[in-house]
Amino acid sequence: MLTIIYDGIAYGMLLFVLACGLSVTLGLMNFINLAHGSFAMAGGYCTVILVNRLGVPFPLGLVLAFLVTAAIGGVLERTLYIHVYAKSHLDQVLFTIGLVFMSVAAVDYYMGSSQQFVQIPNALQGQFDVFGIGMGKYRLLIIIICGLLTLALQLILNKTRFGSRLRAAVDDQRVARGLGINVGAVFGITFAVGSGLAGLGGALGAEIIGLDPTFPLQYMIYFLIVITVGGTSSITGPFLASILLGIGDVAGKYYVPKLGAFVIYTIMIIVLLWRPQGLFARSSAR
Amino acid sequence: MTAVTPLAEQVSAYLTRRARWSPLEIAFWVFAFATIWLFPDKHLILTETAILALFALSLDLILGYAGIISLGQAAFFGLAGYFSGLAAKYGFINEPVLALLASGIVAAVLGFITSFLVLRGSDLTRLMVTLGVSLMLGELANRYSNITGGADGLQGVTIAPVLGHFSFDLYGHTGYIYALTVLFVCFLIARRIVYSPFGLSLRAVKGNVLRAAAVGIPVKWRLVAIYTVSAFFAGIAGALLTQTTAFCSLDVLSLSRSADLLLVLIIGGTGYLYGGLIGAVIYKFLQDWIATLTPQYWQFWIGLVLVAIVLIGRERFEGGIGALRGQLARLTGRLLTRPIALPGAAPDGR
Repeated sequence: MLTIIYDGIAYGMLLFVLACGLSVTLGLMNFINLAHGSFAMAGGYCTVILVNRLGVPFPLGLVLAFLVTAAIGGVLERTLYIHVYAKSHLDQVLFTIGLVFMSVAAVDYYMGSSQQFVQIPNALQGQFDVFGIGMGKYRLLIIIICGLLTLALQLILNKTRFGSRLRAAVDDQRVARGLGINVGAVFGITFAVGSGLAGLGGALGAEIIGLDPTFPLQYMIYFLIVITVGGTSSITGPFLASILLGIGDVAGKYYVPKLGAFVIYTIMIIVLLWRPQGLFARSSAR
Repeated sequence: MTAVTPLAEQVSAYLTRRARWSPLEIAFWVFAFATIWLFPDKHLILTETAILALFALSLDLILGYAGIISLGQAAFFGLAGYFSGLAAKYGFINEPVLALLASGIVAAVLGFITSFLVLRGSDLTRLMVTLGVSLMLGELANRYSNITGGADGLQGVTIAPVLGHFSFDLYGHTGYIYALTVLFVCFLIARRIVYSPFGLSLRAVKGNVLRAAAVGIPVKWRLVAIYTVSAFFAGIAGALLTQTTAFCSLDVLSLSRSADLLLVLIIGGTGYLYGGLIGAVIYKFLQDWIATLTPQYWQFWIGLVLVAIVLIGRERFEGGIGALRGQLARLTGRLLTRPIALPGAAPDGR
């Protein structure tokens, strides 16, 4: 039981790091980015290439995965995404699904369709017992890293100048622009960081949730669940939603393996029926 | 009241004129049926095209006329596909036409039930729920592989002769004539629906929900109704696929089926019924052509086409097709269809 909660929290933390970038894009620009999973996949494959083929140490591999994906995200944002913000939701969906298809086929072409594994250092394998609960070392690492990231994000968002600009832009874009905040730049940076975080999540998660070219399609629904259940107006909403989803998914797969992912889809539909705006949405949010 | 009557007459005359069959439309269908004799060796791919066209027509009804974005049309397609496959396999409905209708009704029931979920909330919620429903069905079909055959697909389906006389042959001749006839009948029904007052009220809802409600249109029930009808057509398309191929696999429920469908409709243009049909022909042609160039990675090019269409601007793209249509219409001396219902109504494609 406790092991399930532990694994669920690790999984949920991972989902949060993967999805939080999406929450900001959606909340800030009202932009439906279905291609978010592609960035996560890019990070994962980046780590695979660096660590397995070039022999870069694992921690450095993670940092590089973040930086490379953030760079890809930044470049794509400035060159392609920027043209699509003002378009209708249908256009955004078409555009990002097109990107997903392209990334899936491209990765398949260059890396093959088989499942990839990152060689994690021996020190991180195995598990240790705390009060009779088996805790995987690697999962502990994920919880620590993701926990620190969440704290850092929360601090940046609430205490720094950039954070207050971002919050202002999310709350009311036009007024923020009127106050002299360069919303486009704020958004560009946020998009790059969000993509980078997705990449880091993909790199960290390759061991747990797997990595193959269909990753963006498989996990698209998970990200969207996190966002719709958690709402897009804060960091805490998606965070709680991710943890809930992580525990729900792990518990569902453990107790009723025959139903599998069915459990979380049902949870999602019930939540959407009950609170169409998301569980943790503020009433003032759009 | 004297001033109202001429206006009402004008409006009704205008609507009758609008709903009339133009020569171009008649030519389109004459040509469609002529393909039975023109391309007898292409009947297999033509059958697929007709099914895709019917499927796209079902999406056009909700996207083009009611403005509902859906990523889950495959749910209805797949459910009905499996239903008709199982019906034929276990022989509880043997006659294909009856089975087709029954599958359509099964899909419509699912459509009716899920419509209440879909009609809540914003575009994103709709996207999520439609996607979620189709993924849930996919998951179910995968788990209960003792019924559906799982990843191997539904084996051992034998389809009885249509109406007891025309049995399906290996070259797909019967299949194509059957599929084309079904497409034509469904098209007639859809055409009747969209040119009816009901269809006009849907356009009003798409244009502006609040105003539509203010002029007394029961928005919610209209949307529920059209969503159910659309599910019915999608179900017919899915059942047709199972019947003409005598096979059904998990692929019918996949996300890429719904996404490809959006592409089909976008290529052809939304909101004038022929968009799905023309889009299906172009899409199948493209797919066939790309697949011979790069068999394995044709998805990449499909993605590229999607991105390009959005970046170039869907309006411009559809505008191009619209201009082409205008040219053709001028050639035949009559307008094919008026894309905008009445002056001041919301423009298409938004």
